[in-house]
Amino acid sequence: MADTFDLVVIGAGPGGYECAIKAAQLGLKVACVEKRDALGGTCLNVGCIPSKALLHASELFAEAQHAFPGMGIDVGTPKIDVKKLIAFKDEAVDGNTKGIEFLFKKNKIEWVKGEGVIKAPGKVQVGDRLLETKNIVIATGSDVARLPGIEIDEKTVVSSTGALMLDKVPGRLLVVGGGVIGLELGSVWGRLGAKVTVVEFLNDILPGMDGEVVKNFTRILKKQGFEFKLGSKVTKIDKAKTGLKVSVETATGGETQVLEADVVLVAIGRVAYTGGLGLDNVGVKTDKRGRVEVDQHFKTNVDGIYAIGDVIAGPMLAHKAMEEGVALAEQLAGHWGHVNYDVIPGVVYTAPEVASVGKTEEQLKADGVEYNAGKFPFTANGRAKANKTTDGFVKILADKTTDRILGVHIIGANAGEMIQEAVVAMEFSGSSEDIARMCFAHPTLSEAVKEAALAVTGSPIHM
Amino acid sequence: MATEIKVPALGESVTEATVAQWFKQPGDAVSVDEPLVELETDKVTVEVPAPASGVLSEISVKVGETVAIGAILGAIGEGAGKVSAKPAAKKEEPKAAAPKPAAAPAPKPAPAAKAAAAEGLAPSVRRIAEENALDTSKIEGTGKDGRITKGDALEAAAKPAAAPAAPVQVRVATPADQSAREERVRMTRLRKTIATRLKEAQNTAAMLTTFNEVDMTAIMALRNQYKDVFEKKHGVRLGFMGFFVKACIAALKEIPAVNAEIDGDDLIYKNYYNIGVAVGTDRGLVVPVVREAQELSFADIEKTINEYGKRARDGHLKLEELQGGTFTISNGGVYGSLMSTPILNAPQSGVLGMHKIQERPVAIGGKVEIRPMMYLALSYDHRIVDGKEAVTFLVRVKEALEDPQRLLLDL
Repeated sequence: MADTFDLVVIGAGPGGYECAIKAAQLGLKVACVEKRDALGGTCLNVGCIPSKALLHASELFAEAQHAFPGMGIDVGTPKIDVKKLIAFKDEAVDGNTKGIEFLFKKNKIEWVKGEGVIKAPGKVQVGDRLLETKNIVIATGSDVARLPGIEIDEKTVVSSTGALMLDKVPGRLLVVGGGVIGLELGSVWGRLGAKVTVVEFLNDILPGMDGEVVKNFTRILKKQGFEFKLGSKVTKIDKAKTGLKVSVETATGGETQVLEADVVLVAIGRVAYTGGLGLDNVGVKTDKRGRVEVDQHFKTNVDGIYAIGDVIAGPMLAHKAMEEGVALAEQLAGHWGHVNYDVIPGVVYTAPEVASVGKTEEQLKADGVEYNAGKFPFTANGRAKANKTTDGFVKILADKTTDRILGVHIIGANAGEMIQEAVVAMEFSGSSEDIARMCFAHPTLSEAVKEAALAVTGSPIHM
Repeated sequence: MATEIKVPALGESVTEATVAQWFKQPGDAVSVDEPLVELETDKVTVEVPAPASGVLSEISVKVGETVAIGAILGAIGEGAGKVSAKPAAKKEEPKAAAPKPAAAPAPKPAPAAKAAAAEGLAPSVRRIAEENALDTSKIEGTGKDGRITKGDALEAAAKPAAAPAAPVQVRVATPADQSAREERVRMTRLRKTIATRLKEAQNTAAMLTTFNEVDMTAIMALRNQYKDVFEKKHGVRLGFMGFFVKACIAALKEIPAVNAEIDGDDLIYKNYYNIGVAVGTDRGLVVPVVREAQELSFADIEKTINEYGKRARDGHLKLEELQGGTFTISNGGVYGSLMSTPILNAPQSGVLGMHKIQERPVAIGGKVEIRPMMYLALSYDHRIVDGKEAVTFLVRVKEALEDPQRLLLDL
């Protein structure tokens, strides 16, 4: 077992493993330190992948219940076997983590199991092994943000981790936090039969997303049975025989209400995780939110030590971490590596999905940028009508003078896939007219993107 | 009298809707069919258009309130009102003018380089380049890897071609008491294209004009002698154009630069002579091309030109008949011009201007004689044609016209 490397990556999440693999492909000798029993970090083990498996299964369950009868498909009353569901989810996780193991072996990356501690620049201690390396990449990611005074036992008061392995469908699920994770997991259990209430501190769910999208999506979720307590916070959770008693106060500190729930999901966000890394040993600076401070080349204030992903500032998205991991690996190997932060898509994997890239109308107004907006609803899209997935719309924002696409926002089935063409167009500084003049296959949901583009400076055809 | 804005029928079993958004405020100007307010129902979101033009005088229902089908949302009064920013209003599609290809002046045939440049261009850029006759190889691209974006193309279209430092003259607005005496007419697409092409030619070539004069006595005598026999045999009148075309071809053979073309860093010398003959129509000037004129007889030339002239005035010329010229002859004399400086028909390097035949006293052999004289002008691209070559060309044409037997003997 060698102890000298070109690169040691601490953390095998999407940022870490992509960095390691890319570096190895470019010829570096790489070791990746990961304390979990499996590779893939939060994303593969207790984040993106397991939640998508559950979202998919619960979506199909909802279809079987609500859509099948209308199509003449009679499957009786669909029932859910939660144990099997969780096993299905575990299979997805396993398949993915094993996949990363295989990639590590293929690229001759050594997985050093254990917790990594930076002893000095170029020296990482894992257990009783000292790894010597030219460069260190901190990719330790993030952890669940806690609510002060609320204890998470992952049984009845759960974080996303616990919410991915409940042993039965809760009768009443209270979700604290109206962000992506809360809404996705709320959707899962809501579709399987739970009554979901979302308590959000701000006056809107999905903070930061385009205002019109948020308004429309809130309405769609309400139609699905979600209840919202906006502008409210959870102050206390008491355990009783009948379940949990959750004290909810309006954010301005007004009246307190007590809501009952069987499970409370705490999904108020995530925080950078650097616990046990030994940053103090080497004097690596962090900001007041605990994130490692880096320059635009991901370099910390200590030579030879870099950081990427959730542990540094920026959107806490797996694909953002992946882009950074790859760009950094390219730089360390002496090539050109770059992340375009202006064109990073974000997706909420509910049904319908919500996806966006670029600026919102609010951001453009605040920046004083003049723009045109083109909108097209899925009710006017042939494929959506045939599939009965007519909720939502596509909205394209383009510069008033140059017609350059500045932002695209979609609520709809497959929005997460559709947003990619917006990313492509924006990477090439495309204009709405460029999209409007392209050929889109018919009948697809994507045609709504073309019609929205037509609507920016002209008129859509199908409305 | 105010027009009421009512909640329209919104679909089967839909009995009410919620007001989601007003696009206009009281006091704003509205046009008929312009979206005024957005209504939400369980099933759809609908925009209610203005039933009439005027001023939005009243909003009866606020955002968030519920209305029944047929309820009154507001009213539109008469008047001009103020125009405010329209968030979601649809703009009219620009009217696409349908140009008649026959009437367009000789457009540049697309050389291979141009076709290659069109690849990799965004669709919007291709449209803007076509509509504004832009040379995309000259536009600086600010997109990914230097690609031309729509914004780059729009900027290039707004600038004059190969923009020198000359500032755009902003027209001083006509004072109110004069405006009734003016008539503003939109340029036709044809005229716009002509204007662009002419400017391009002027801005690209180093254009100069050299002059000479021709004593038309010999030609006129020849015509008088043979015109009846000619017409009887060939079925077409013996005009001047046959002589001019043949004289030019002879001179072009001797001075190949005048029949050549600049393409980037190359000079393309052509061994064929496609002579464009300018024809005036009431829509504008067109230049159909007499192809392989070096193979044609006098009669053929006269016939072809007559045929072109007729079809040009009827607007029935085909696009390919306007393309591929190597040299142009333009006759301003039919309108009475005595002398002029013709403009090049890009990408050609020379154009001959014919003028009015006017009897003038000239000195011949020390004596004053009255002769039918025509001034000849050759405008040429000095980048490819030397002064000596241009002058010699014109001298050869003059010699051939003053002594047509030289054409017979290839002198």
